[in-house]
Amino acid sequence: MARIVVDPIARIEGHLRIEAQLEGNGIKDAWSSGTMFRGIEMILKDRDPREAWIWAQRICGVCTMVHALASVRAVEDALQIEVPENAQVVRNIIAGSQLLQDHVVHFYHLHALDWVDVVSALRADPGKTASLAQSISNYEKSSPTYFKGIQDRVKALVDSKQLSLFTQAYWGHPAYILPPEVNLMAVAHYLEALEWQKDFIRIHAVLGGKNPHPQTFLVGGMSTALDPNEPFAVVNNENINILRRLVAGAKKFIEQVYIPDVVAIAPFYKEWFKYGEGLGNFLCYGDYTNGSMKDPSKFLFPRGVVFNRDLSTVHPFDPAQVTEFVNHSWYEYKDGDDKGKHPWEGQTHPKYTGPKPPYEFLDVDKKYTWLKAPRYRGKPMEVGPLARMVVGYAAGQPDIKAAVDGLLKALNAPPAVLFSTLGRIAARALETQVMAKHVVDWVELLANNMNRGKVSIFNAAKWDPSSWGASSRGFGFHEAPRGALGHWVDIEGRSIKNYQAVVPTTWNGGPRDTQGQRGAYEAALINTPVAKADQPLEIMRTIHSFDPCIACAVHVVDAKGRPYTKLNIG
Amino acid sequence: MLPSQMDLTGALQESGISRRKILKFCSAMVATLALPDRYLAQVTAAVSKPKKPTLVWLQFQDCTGCSESMLRSSSPDVADVVLDILSWEYHEVVMAASGKQADAALERVVKEEKGKYLVIVEGSIPTAEGGIYCTIGGRTALDIATEVCKNAAATIAVGACAWDGGLVRSTPNPTGAVGVGEAVPGIKLINMPGCPHNPVNTAAVLVHYLTFGDLPAVDQYNRPLFAYGRVIHDQCERRAHFDAGRFVTEWGDDGHRKGWCLYKMGCKGPQATFNCPTAMWNDHTSWPIRAGHGCIACASPRFWDTKSPFYDRLPSVPGFGVEVTAGQIGLGLVGATIAGVTAHGLINIGLRPRTRPSEEAVEAKPAPKKEN
Repeated sequence: MARIVVDPIARIEGHLRIEAQLEGNGIKDAWSSGTMFRGIEMILKDRDPREAWIWAQRICGVCTMVHALASVRAVEDALQIEVPENAQVVRNIIAGSQLLQDHVVHFYHLHALDWVDVVSALRADPGKTASLAQSISNYEKSSPTYFKGIQDRVKALVDSKQLSLFTQAYWGHPAYILPPEVNLMAVAHYLEALEWQKDFIRIHAVLGGKNPHPQTFLVGGMSTALDPNEPFAVVNNENINILRRLVAGAKKFIEQVYIPDVVAIAPFYKEWFKYGEGLGNFLCYGDYTNGSMKDPSKFLFPRGVVFNRDLSTVHPFDPAQVTEFVNHSWYEYKDGDDKGKHPWEGQTHPKYTGPKPPYEFLDVDKKYTWLKAPRYRGKPMEVGPLARMVVGYAAGQPDIKAAVDGLLKALNAPPAVLFSTLGRIAARALETQVMAKHVVDWVELLANNMNRGKVSIFNAAKWDPSSWGASSRGFGFHEAPRGALGHWVDIEGRSIKNYQAVVPTTWNGGPRDTQGQRGAYEAALINTPVAKADQPLEIMRTIHSFDPCIACAVHVVDAKGRPYTKLNIG
Repeated sequence: MLPSQMDLTGALQESGISRRKILKFCSAMVATLALPDRYLAQVTAAVSKPKKPTLVWLQFQDCTGCSESMLRSSSPDVADVVLDILSWEYHEVVMAASGKQADAALERVVKEEKGKYLVIVEGSIPTAEGGIYCTIGGRTALDIATEVCKNAAATIAVGACAWDGGLVRSTPNPTGAVGVGEAVPGIKLINMPGCPHNPVNTAAVLVHYLTFGDLPAVDQYNRPLFAYGRVIHDQCERRAHFDAGRFVTEWGDDGHRKGWCLYKMGCKGPQATFNCPTAMWNDHTSWPIRAGHGCIACASPRFWDTKSPFYDRLPSVPGFGVEVTAGQIGLGLVGATIAGVTAHGLINIGLRPRTRPSEEAVEAKPAPKKEN
């Protein structure tokens, strides 16, 4: 049996290492390791809870803003603050836009090169590529001249022998099976998507000042003041028109480029509906409402849990049933590593016991990662787009049900195909399509509210810390692009006593627990075929289908931070 | 020496970018760097060479926000950089290769392009416990940074973390994180702080290097003066409101809707040096103060520890009312008084800077109060 190591896994956020045991030409066992640790929650201790979001946002710059949102919600939950509808809607627009942009970038820039052979595109007939593109979409850039231009650019790159970001890849690998014309179309759209994403994300600059790390969240609302008649209000009719243009463009790009590309490429790789199945347990905290976060019945993404691929039952989600294990993680619990701990009791002391660098292999029988192992009712769970579509489908959410049924009908396949590597890709595309429609609606809702004189954006009742009780604690959650995200905050006096984040990639990329149950990545890699051990393209396919984000996934709390000291205010 | 017009056109055609597009980009860069227009031809020639200079981008204790910021750049378009201007051969978040093949790509650059390639570093470098808090391919970040930066022509540290350890280094600095300058002393280095860095500035540094073979002029923190030489408060579009004593006093209040000064809401603009108000973000779309939230001084030294609490008002910013000389606080930082005097002067002589509110608003506001 051969041990394969892939480190770094590129085209993800952060530092991920996969070790896999090969038997024959399939994976017999696998271990997922996060190899970077920062300790942001340690740093948050003793600071002003109103600014926790500014710090927590820096957990990740790819899923930027998702931690800001979970953080303000956690503090609002602790202090019992309801935000005005406009603030909720602006947050929905910002978060929904993040999901749209993130999923498109994931498909083209982080995942496509596992399926698309760039060099093969040189052999394509631009005329046939144009016919193909025109047959699947009305997107205007589809002429033979356009595709010839793209092909010439790729040819110039290859001829220069300076392949830039495409250097040393697995070009020509036998697992690449797309015809040259499909490859050329995908390469063209890789470049188009690069242009589109930076234009679209200007929506975060309008509503957040900049991206990454927009800067307009507040505990109690948003700093995006509304006024139809003020030229310097952040939301006025001029800016509403910019938002309208951007979201309409996004909807068009998703409908005319992203979705048709997924539909065109997937049939070639139908085999991948069989691989990468994983755990079969799915968790969704639920999110996206114009009303109160305390009323999950109104969520666009329904809250719930599905066990063992059983779509007949959606179990209610109980936040008290979340625990984290560290028996395979580089931390120690002072009272022993044999039990999991709820985030409220989360104590974490980093203690590296891995090999001294430089090293060749991790000691996977012992501790082997900076990620903890979260469990729900003791079970490992998958979170993310697939979990949202599975839970939403099982719960009968109309938009999700229609989207999933449409896909299954087109494929002439049962829902079981979703539980796979390709199923994750399809689920991501489906929810992007669903979200695009809602983001358009939220912009109109905001415009209507504003023009009817409903301009409240902030609830000031609890801004002054003297209005807070002696202590409180809150749970803030968000369905981030990569899945269920939870922040737990414990406030004492006017500062943070304890802070914990359990994030999507901790759920998906975490290690084994005390019962030896694998995490979602580890489980999904079992039985994945590997044609060439020195070019494990297939590992990349399944791991990338989860869209890993390791910076998010590693966290710790405890130890002494700087006390929150009140400066001399005039 | 400048190439002849013929050579230049040929080189541009070969690179696949239209002349119009590349001139537009170069003009933007010349403006960002505050170079005289006569340098345009030289800049254009420098970014159009058939053999492209090699760039590698290292990520350590980062959030990838600085990479993402670069991917949001329109000046230049990322696709143009990747395909035409530089040979961008290592960057984990976007490169095609992984594992051994990724290692091989980096190794080739360090060996074969020794002393000639540029390296961008993102994220801090942990030094505690032998550097085990960040490893890539089984090697520590410190080990990799030392090898790659020492063999490079120059290192560009992007973002607060790569500059001085940033958020990761803030109290209690659990991992012994430091910036590149401290982790690998003695290298040719320029710092591009910010959280994240602004890609327009970083592109300008790259272009400056390609054009003149050297890094632009820097301050005592190795930050380029063109981007970090002026105080935000002095360039701020809301400065007139500060001078006139018109402040936001509660989020969402009347003044907030009118775009008044955010000083009382904790804005750190008077203590921040950066070119946000002019360079702005995301294709010149906006910046945090325009979006209604105070500045957190993210390009200032150790800002996470020194500028938080972010919602507490700076204790002693002098200068309320039009009779007080503007820019005094900035004087203490970098001595950049020109912008402040200019904004101030415009108001005094009755011109209307674009931030000035309506006449009614001015009249409705009571006389400025003296505070502190």
